[in-house]
Amino acid sequence: MSLEILGISVLWTFLFGYVMLGAIDFGAGFFNAYSIMSGKQHILSKIIQRYLSPVWEVTNVFFVFFFVGIVGFFPKSAFYFGTILLVPASFAIILMAIRGSYYAFETYGTKGHKGYAFMYGISGLLVPASLSVVLAITEGGFVSIVDGNPVLDYWALFTSPLSWSVVVLALAAVLYISAVFLTWYANKAGDSRATTLMRKYALSWAVPLIVAAGGIIFELRFHIPGHFERMLDLWWMFGLSAILWVATVWLLWKQKNYGVAVWLLIGQFALAFYAYGISHYPYLLYPYLTIHEGFTNEAMAISLVVVFVLGFILLVPSIYLLLKLFLFDKDYVEGNKKKKE
Amino acid sequence: MLFDDPVFASRLLTLLTLSFHIIYATIGVGVPLFIMIAHWLGIKKNDYHYIMMAKRWARGYLVTVAVGVVTGTIIGLQLSLLWPNFMELAGNIIALPLFMEVFAFFFEAIFLGIYSYTWDRFNPRKHFLLLIPVAIGAGCSALFITIVNSFMNSPQGFDFIDGQLVNANPLLALFTAAMPTKVSHVLATAYMTVAFMFAAIAAYKLIKGSNHVYHKKALHMTMKIGLVFSIAAAVIGDFSGKYLAEYQPEKLAAAEWHFETEEGAPLLMYGMLDENQDVKYAIKIPFALSILAHGIPTSEVIGLDQFPEEETPPLIIHYFFDLMVTIGGFMVVLALVYWLGMKLSWSFVKANWFHWIIVLGGPLSFLAIEAGWWMAEVGRQPWILRGIMTVDQAATSSDYVGLMFILFAALYLVLGIGTIVVLRRIFKNNPVELELEQYEAKQGGEAK
Repeated sequence: MSLEILGISVLWTFLFGYVMLGAIDFGAGFFNAYSIMSGKQHILSKIIQRYLSPVWEVTNVFFVFFFVGIVGFFPKSAFYFGTILLVPASFAIILMAIRGSYYAFETYGTKGHKGYAFMYGISGLLVPASLSVVLAITEGGFVSIVDGNPVLDYWALFTSPLSWSVVVLALAAVLYISAVFLTWYANKAGDSRATTLMRKYALSWAVPLIVAAGGIIFELRFHIPGHFERMLDLWWMFGLSAILWVATVWLLWKQKNYGVAVWLLIGQFALAFYAYGISHYPYLLYPYLTIHEGFTNEAMAISLVVVFVLGFILLVPSIYLLLKLFLFDKDYVEGNKKKKE
Repeated sequence: MLFDDPVFASRLLTLLTLSFHIIYATIGVGVPLFIMIAHWLGIKKNDYHYIMMAKRWARGYLVTVAVGVVTGTIIGLQLSLLWPNFMELAGNIIALPLFMEVFAFFFEAIFLGIYSYTWDRFNPRKHFLLLIPVAIGAGCSALFITIVNSFMNSPQGFDFIDGQLVNANPLLALFTAAMPTKVSHVLATAYMTVAFMFAAIAAYKLIKGSNHVYHKKALHMTMKIGLVFSIAAAVIGDFSGKYLAEYQPEKLAAAEWHFETEEGAPLLMYGMLDENQDVKYAIKIPFALSILAHGIPTSEVIGLDQFPEEETPPLIIHYFFDLMVTIGGFMVVLALVYWLGMKLSWSFVKANWFHWIIVLGGPLSFLAIEAGWWMAEVGRQPWILRGIMTVDQAATSSDYVGLMFILFAALYLVLGIGTIVVLRRIFKNNPVELELEQYEAKQGGEAK
């Protein structure tokens, strides 16, 4: 495997981690707000808070890893994406800032009011929407080079069916992932009311998700030639992903093995995410930047990989400890955390 | 309009973000050490006041870390959004410490999360162990990110041929000439500033009539630590002067309004420049600049006459330098007087007016941090990467930076106010006296 393939695989994995963790986080905020607005007062708040409190900073770090890593492995991407993404990325980080900080203010401070829960829920949808637009941009057709500098055509982006399909898919995915995960978590906590509610949400978002995903593949057929064909070459990965989706929905429907359902869900998204990533190869930004032209020098690439491996050795046991204490600890999940070790 | 020039707007937005972030970053680097010391003293002395200190500090720290995460994410992204050409070039050689910083922070965040949510799940000794990775992670974050800044001041580890960066050696780029003094100065001043921040809080509580021994213990402990680190900061500052004289003489000369290269140069404090660039009303300390630069009173110090005008840093950094040094010196004296006063039982160190000065020392220390960074960053102008790339070449070509400046300014206002409101609410609704009483009642109950 060449260094640039290794580099992009590492980054893609970080991005996958962020997509999954972030989706749970964003969706949870939305469901929390929705349940308050629709009068199902605080069925979910307790479950959601207990999961999110110790984990939200970890989620954020996955995102930082991705953008620091991509500048490290592919410095040219800083030039292209840095220039064209000033506005969309600034909006996204301002929303993330409001979200992260107010979440912290709420949790560590004292209880806020409804308006805040609403803001928190809405920003949970706007952040994935604005971030996912970047994927549409990388497909090409929205960026031109003027005087040697890349310029983003906002109007073309705003009126493109592709970018809107991506946004719809992102939102459906966020709500579906989050609902499936929280169904399992609520069930583990022995909270049957929350489980029932989350299961209902999960089932109702399952179909929109698959429709949106199908819609994107359809859109790409008319967008930039080549990408659609490369996706067809990977039909078996997308097919397997769809089968896992069916299996997840079936388990939820039958109300059993929610833990297995979460693993199937992760498998479903991993297959689709990596299949999309592989079909995107070799472009980072079509048609200007490929991973080969944009790659850093060999010395930097090797040192980044070494640091990555060392860091991973350090982090895996730490994350294991975190999960063991908060996600898999029965007493903590159920809310009786008083015990001395 | 002011913001029509993307270069100028990018500089302003970076100034704004860094000035805001550095407050949270300083707290973020410094506080874990203090939680650790307090927790350790609590175990050693078997004094639950110190445990309570660790607990309360950690509680406030969570809020500032959360905002620090947010502002840190922002500056990390803004580096690429505002300075895409710089990051394209620098990514080839200095991406390594940026990458390492994320790992260090990740490590810290995980254990901070565990520490904060497991007060009743571990015994104090085991629980203390969780602080070690927190403090190491915080220190390493500062180390790695300051390495990046050091590289911008004294780049090395590559060859620059025809606008292309070749023969990159990422390890060599870590250990630049600026790195030892910069890293140690950042760490020492972070610990110093946080010490005086906690001292200011304790002194304020004492003024407001709480005569609890908890605040006296906190004040005494933090002032002593503050003394050690303020002296360390001053000594390292002296080494920084020697680094500048050798590697960035234009920055030292601009900070000192030292126009003519000469031997036995005096140090100028304060004063102003008239239209002929003559210095007026300044305090002149004979030979002091030569001592700062080389350690020898008669040595020659390079002046601004050796540099073309377009490579001369803005002369305003003289005031930033003065502000930093004056506050630093003042804090050394204040902490020393307090320490001597407590040792020799001078009564005035317990007087309200003296406590007020200590209260003032908290914000002053933060002002010194700001002034120091303004001097470091403005003093590197016109370069973003000294000798290789100027800020004009590095900035984005996008037209919307001015608009983004307004949005981010509003965001920082919200975050700043939010932090203050939430911190006040956390501690006002739950004063230490109450929490100690509850603790004592609980301990008494368990003993029976």
